[in-house]
Amino acid sequence: MSADPVARAGAVDLLLPTARGRTVTEGSVTTPRSGRSTATRAVLFLLAALALAGSVTAAVRIGTADMDWTDLARVLGTHLGLDVEPLPPLVDSLIWDLRLPRVLMAALVGASLAVCGTVLQAVTRNALADPYLLGVSSGASTGAVAVIVLGVGASALGATGGALAGALLSFGLLLSLLRRTGLDTVRIVLTGVVVGQLFTALTSLVLMASADADTTRAVTHWLLGSMAPARWNTVVVCAIVTPLGLLAAWLCSNALDGLAFGTDTAASLGIGVRRTRMLLLVVTATLTAVAVATVGAIGFVGLIVPHGVRFLIGPLHRVLLPYAALAGAVFLVWTDALARIAFAPREVPVGVITALLGVPLFLLVLRKRGEL
Amino acid sequence: MRITAEELSWSVAGTPVVRDVSADIAPGETVGLLGPNGSGKSSLLRCLAGLRTPDTGTVRYDGECVRDWSARRIAHHVAFVEQDSGADSDLRVADVVGLGRTPFRDRWRGPDATDRAVVAAALERVGLTALADRSWKSLSGGERQRAHIARGLAQQPYGLLLDEPTNHLDVKHQLELMELLTGTEQTVLVALHDLSLAARYCDRLLLLHHGHLIASGTPAAVLTV
Repeated sequence: MSADPVARAGAVDLLLPTARGRTVTEGSVTTPRSGRSTATRAVLFLLAALALAGSVTAAVRIGTADMDWTDLARVLGTHLGLDVEPLPPLVDSLIWDLRLPRVLMAALVGASLAVCGTVLQAVTRNALADPYLLGVSSGASTGAVAVIVLGVGASALGATGGALAGALLSFGLLLSLLRRTGLDTVRIVLTGVVVGQLFTALTSLVLMASADADTTRAVTHWLLGSMAPARWNTVVVCAIVTPLGLLAAWLCSNALDGLAFGTDTAASLGIGVRRTRMLLLVVTATLTAVAVATVGAIGFVGLIVPHGVRFLIGPLHRVLLPYAALAGAVFLVWTDALARIAFAPREVPVGVITALLGVPLFLLVLRKRGEL
Repeated sequence: MRITAEELSWSVAGTPVVRDVSADIAPGETVGLLGPNGSGKSSLLRCLAGLRTPDTGTVRYDGECVRDWSARRIAHHVAFVEQDSGADSDLRVADVVGLGRTPFRDRWRGPDATDRAVVAAALERVGLTALADRSWKSLSGGERQRAHIARGLAQQPYGLLLDEPTNHLDVKHQLELMELLTGTEQTVLVALHDLSLAARYCDRLLLLHHGHLIASGTPAAVLTV
């Protein structure tokens, strides 16, 4: 350590409050920047964005009915009002009404879940946190099952509205429990598990008591996660909520970095810890609720993607969050494509595939942390 | 900056931890906070750093009550360095020190050249320049402690509040840290266990026992009570 202030040789001591107004020009600083250079990051981000665009385009073509690039271009041209020869109505509907919303929904939900996982792992200081930690997905499942099986509010809400109501109900319960105990990291995790277990039990109870065999099968399939229900109206909701959630989380990047060092250190950096945590929990709960309400419970995306991207890009949230969103989108687009073709013509719930990929990673992380 | 505690009390679940403490630290003074484990040193430091709201009493910076100040406004005045919280972060050391720039950044922009220059100066001050690119996880306890101090310095604070910063440091770095703290013109309140360091480097000492301030004065006066 250098006890002699830098004031030697006439230089201004940059560590004193009197140096606050002083600005330093680029080029005069020798400290290494964070990880990769800005130019490299820009190129990587462009490549990731192109990978997403390419994935969406390619995934639209994948399915039991083959189609080529010109079909996709003609459908897009037709619906954008361009002067192109339309496809037969059946093929046009297959692409425009089913494939395209489905693939876009996979991209949006993948981005949402990856952002939620990244945020929750920082907020709870728990490398194994993912959106399902809060119990919100379980609440959404209960809400949807209540609508489908019991017909509660079926006319007004539908299964999607029921899932959203259930998600918000479970989140409200979580918050009310945390209000009594505080937003301590361990308490958030434990309370989330308790809330999740409660709503999982309620879902099972409703199914066992009221549903017939066909309904139980259909609900179980939905609970495992599937992009099949995606339509333009639900895509639009996700397309509004997901970028807003990502932006809100990104604007809290510094706080997410600081929270890794504990509440007191974060607060001493000028971060409003309680308010920021609450904001981030609301953001993650809303993103998760919208995703689950539309396509069911898809686990482990929020675990797999943040760990992979953190390994490649680094842990600074300002950089990590946008990449996690892009990577989550690409990941779920291809996972959903695999779900469609792996056992074609039968479709595997995409949640099954993400779980098969996620469980080994979960165990790997546990082992790395010395807990297995 | 003058830091003042006026009849400060703070309790946890009804158990008093800090009891009716009044103290005044003059601008530029280096004051040592002494006392056995559980005497309330860390709690008093947290009250003075605005991290705990006292049950009764007032904390003032340059005579102004800070009770209603935002965390950001307080961070513009004092830096608080706690004992290593055992964070298992993958951040680079330079990025951890760069967290000290948080109070000066708006949410939309990343670190600029000024931020990086301040971080470079802070790393140099604690002798960690060579480790700037190392992962936080790979640091020893002493290196982490020095990085936390650098992070506090990067806040360009008027006052430094440090909770046992010499823990984990070898003798050489303990001496260098204390010389750094006494060499600065910032106001410093530092909790210490090592009486010889306190006697050698601090202008004044505060002695806590069971949350009470039982002695205050020059090292010679306090340590011969």
